[in-house]
Amino acid sequence: MIKNKNACLGIGCFYFAIATCLGVVCPNFLWAQVDSAKIKQLNEIQIKAKKINLLQSSPTPVQNLGGDDLKRLSSLSVADAIRYFSGVQLKDYGGIGGLKTINVRSMGSNHTAVFYDGIQLGNAQNGQVDLGKFSLDNIEEVTLYSGQKSALLMPAKAYASASALYIKTPVPKFEPNQNHYFKASLKSGSFDFINPSFNYTQKLSKKLSFNLSTEILNASGKYKYRYTNGVYDTTVTRTNTDIFAKRMEAGLYGLTADSSKWQVKLYNYNSERGVPGAIVANKFNFSQRQWDDNFFLQSSYQSKENKHYQYLFNAKYAYDFTRYLDPDRISLNGPLNNKYTQQETYFSFANQYQIDTFWVISLSADYSFQKLDANLQSFAYPSRNTTLIAFANTLRWPRFNVQANLLATIINDKVKTNIPAGNKAAYTPTIMASWQPFNTANLRIRAFYKSIFRMPTFNDLYYTFIGNSTLKPEYATQYDLGITFSKSFTNVSLQSISIQTDAYYNQVTDKIVAVPTLNLFRWTMLNLGKVSIKGIETNVQSLWQFGEIKATAKMGYTFEKALDVTPTGNSYKQQIPYIPVQSASILLGADWKSFGLNYSYIFTGERYSQKANIPENYVPAWFTHDLSLQKNIIKNKINYRIAAEVNNLLNQYYDVVLNYPMPGRNYRLTLSADF
Amino acid sequence: MLASIFFSCRKEKGIINEEVTKVPNQITAINGLYILNEGNFGSNKASLDYYDYANGIYRKNIYEQANPSVTLGLGDAANDIKIYGSRLYIVVNGSNKVEILDVKTAKKIGQVDVPNCRYISFYKNNAYVTAYAGYVAVIDTAALAVKTQIAVGQQPEEMAIVGSKLYVANSGGYNYPNYEHTVSVIDLNTNTELKRIDVDVNLHHLKADQYGDIYVTSRGNYANIPSNLYVIDTKTDAVKKKFNITASDICIDKDFAYIYSVEWSSITSSNVVSYTKINIKDETIIPSNFITDGTEKEIEIPYGLAIDPLSSDIYVTDAKDYVTPGTLYCFDKYGKKKFSVTTGDIPGHFAFYTK
Repeated sequence: MIKNKNACLGIGCFYFAIATCLGVVCPNFLWAQVDSAKIKQLNEIQIKAKKINLLQSSPTPVQNLGGDDLKRLSSLSVADAIRYFSGVQLKDYGGIGGLKTINVRSMGSNHTAVFYDGIQLGNAQNGQVDLGKFSLDNIEEVTLYSGQKSALLMPAKAYASASALYIKTPVPKFEPNQNHYFKASLKSGSFDFINPSFNYTQKLSKKLSFNLSTEILNASGKYKYRYTNGVYDTTVTRTNTDIFAKRMEAGLYGLTADSSKWQVKLYNYNSERGVPGAIVANKFNFSQRQWDDNFFLQSSYQSKENKHYQYLFNAKYAYDFTRYLDPDRISLNGPLNNKYTQQETYFSFANQYQIDTFWVISLSADYSFQKLDANLQSFAYPSRNTTLIAFANTLRWPRFNVQANLLATIINDKVKTNIPAGNKAAYTPTIMASWQPFNTANLRIRAFYKSIFRMPTFNDLYYTFIGNSTLKPEYATQYDLGITFSKSFTNVSLQSISIQTDAYYNQVTDKIVAVPTLNLFRWTMLNLGKVSIKGIETNVQSLWQFGEIKATAKMGYTFEKALDVTPTGNSYKQQIPYIPVQSASILLGADWKSFGLNYSYIFTGERYSQKANIPENYVPAWFTHDLSLQKNIIKNKINYRIAAEVNNLLNQYYDVVLNYPMPGRNYRLTLSADF
Repeated sequence: MLASIFFSCRKEKGIINEEVTKVPNQITAINGLYILNEGNFGSNKASLDYYDYANGIYRKNIYEQANPSVTLGLGDAANDIKIYGSRLYIVVNGSNKVEILDVKTAKKIGQVDVPNCRYISFYKNNAYVTAYAGYVAVIDTAALAVKTQIAVGQQPEEMAIVGSKLYVANSGGYNYPNYEHTVSVIDLNTNTELKRIDVDVNLHHLKADQYGDIYVTSRGNYANIPSNLYVIDTKTDAVKKKFNITASDICIDKDFAYIYSVEWSSITSSNVVSYTKINIKDETIIPSNFITDGTEKEIEIPYGLAIDPLSSDIYVTDAKDYVTPGTLYCFDKYGKKKFSVTTGDIPGHFAFYTK
């Protein structure tokens, strides 16, 4: 039993962080082995440095994790990776199968659009994308844009959210004389977790290639968690956490005679899992189950890069099925057994035209049709037609660029029963600029303003009893002012450093908030009214070279006041639920010969689980330390990689979402072979 | 500021002590009033408050301080509270348990597990607890164990005892749109269901008056059937009267029944709230609200109602948006506000602790 109320884990964590920092920044014991650096390694650093520069010059804040960095993180899914981004809160219900959604700058998860290979993953039912479902196995890069991506040739949907997360899968790349390559990997570890995957890429002709990526994930998901108030001290095993998931992706990548690019992608994710509920007094076991079947077919065609006119065509069909079974809730028809089927058809056509060397315009038009079926009594059977038209202008001079766009949104909902939300039309602008005040390109100042809204979801509007078809769209207005600095060095250990700092002010009006009730699948709709969010976020990235050792150090920090400013509310000027005032992350990596060591640290400050900032609603801060070690071996032209991870090294017990405990210390081993 | 991330201790939640607020005192034969706060489902925020009459203090959140060793505290979504003998019984719906506390100290004596339990009544040293699986659990209050189950309708709610008969409101809440529409009548001598009285869909609250009548509320079907209030004559076990007024909850004090109602209006897109008083002797509605000083405008969602059996003071709770601390209002018997005080989340149930 723990007697002291304030367990001083923070001190321990601090020393740990420092010790690890020293190990990377001043590795005396490693310096002794300095040898001539390999040219290849240098090239990689130069590529990284170049990428950093690209991020620096963006008028909207960009954060990116890709390639090697992504591999070395102790991350299984996209959800694990985005925790390292600043300004981001990952809502994590715990465990391998637990729902994981992203919330950028506290505007709510529905304000972040998630794009998979450039096309949005839609969810009209609840507006959320479970990032835990997207394994990093077949992902090359994850990029988060606050505001929006500053490109012009993109679908209108890319303009239509307060922030955007882009998930990019690898495109086939062949060495000369190479016709195909394979990658096989096996991951295993705590939670009785086993995860084999297989990837096959084939060159079909000079201009056509094919990729197949498959994966199976199986785990009991069980882990121990502990709750204590200093007097009681209870450790229990989290159960009903099993998951069995299969993923299959196939892609066809082609070039036309005039060098236009096209691709077709088929994606299927299929899973069955236990749904562990909120841990409350006297209730530690659950029997609820969930089945998912997500399928999409998407295609894009991009005309060859041309100075004057380019176009991009995208199309998609998606089918998402969810079944939820609650054996504890028995009616005369048997246990609760809900089935939801969602379908989306989507087309997008984007055009870009260069008027002058400094002036480019674009026009994008998107159309989507979404519908939801369910086996619920008095279900509304809603469908939604969405038309988006975006007109954008970019003026670009060497030291200054400005982009402005106007987005028109026209939405029409239909229902078979009850009252539809009807027609809605809105026009929302964005303006962004980047300025280099001095002759040197090291320092840039950026700013953006964006006004956007999210439509209430089908659940918000039409869910039997809970839904409210009179809900208004929820508006988010963002102001951002930032400074970026980057510098490369030669002949010193520090190869390059880049710093991005942004101050932002967001206002969310008519905010619709979902509070989980009996389980994850049922919500109470709440209109929080108005939220004012003021924050500062900083990212520092640095690349180091100590003889044969190359190292990276990244740090992110966010300070944010997200206050409920609803004039008539009961919680005026109190921090909104689940938003910490402070959060931070540190990522340190070092490579020596064929070895790689990675350390990562995540901190989320104290929060409140409900609107009132009172002791009863207090949720303690949490921090996790993860360590991973990897080794690459090349043998018989096969590139083997072995990685061992320890996550949550100090075995801290914590909740991200109240009453949904997170796992303590856990381990993972990865074996992979590229050939 | 950055350093504070690393240097600061992780402040654990620890034991949350009760919070004491000064309120008017009253010297009567009543020691005080227990207020049970439900807490939103899944939040594990059920809590117990106590209004100490003689000392004029309101003690908010007394359970954890009195019982720090109970893992995760009182629990999730408390639904009923009653005193029997020297013990306080609390039905905690989301935690599938009935907590038994010492009424004087609020210290835990024991617990009886009843899945999805809702309401409690007492008769001859037995506690009767409705369970949503369609039965009434009979608990031996000496052994603190379930000794038998009596099958009733689907999703039974509140009960009342008249003579040796137990009346149970059946809701059938899990069977939308095929709700139950009956009151089960149980013979307490044999613990068997005698019959079912047809009333209206989705029955909820059920209270006995001093004239052998039972008042029962129907929640309606949330669509074309509004909530309503009925009277059953227990001598004939037949519906005697349908009031045709909307009713959320009812409390009977001597010759008067107090009823509040919250009904959603799709025309105005807002809740319509009313506070009605009925003379139960002649079963007539007394025109005008039972809150008479305009305080009703401050109350967002009335959620609990109790009448002091001695002074006839009226207690009304406001659950607000269900996820913030509520408010307890105390009115005198003329409906004039005496005081108000902050409670836990979703205050809804009361037990008067008499000397």
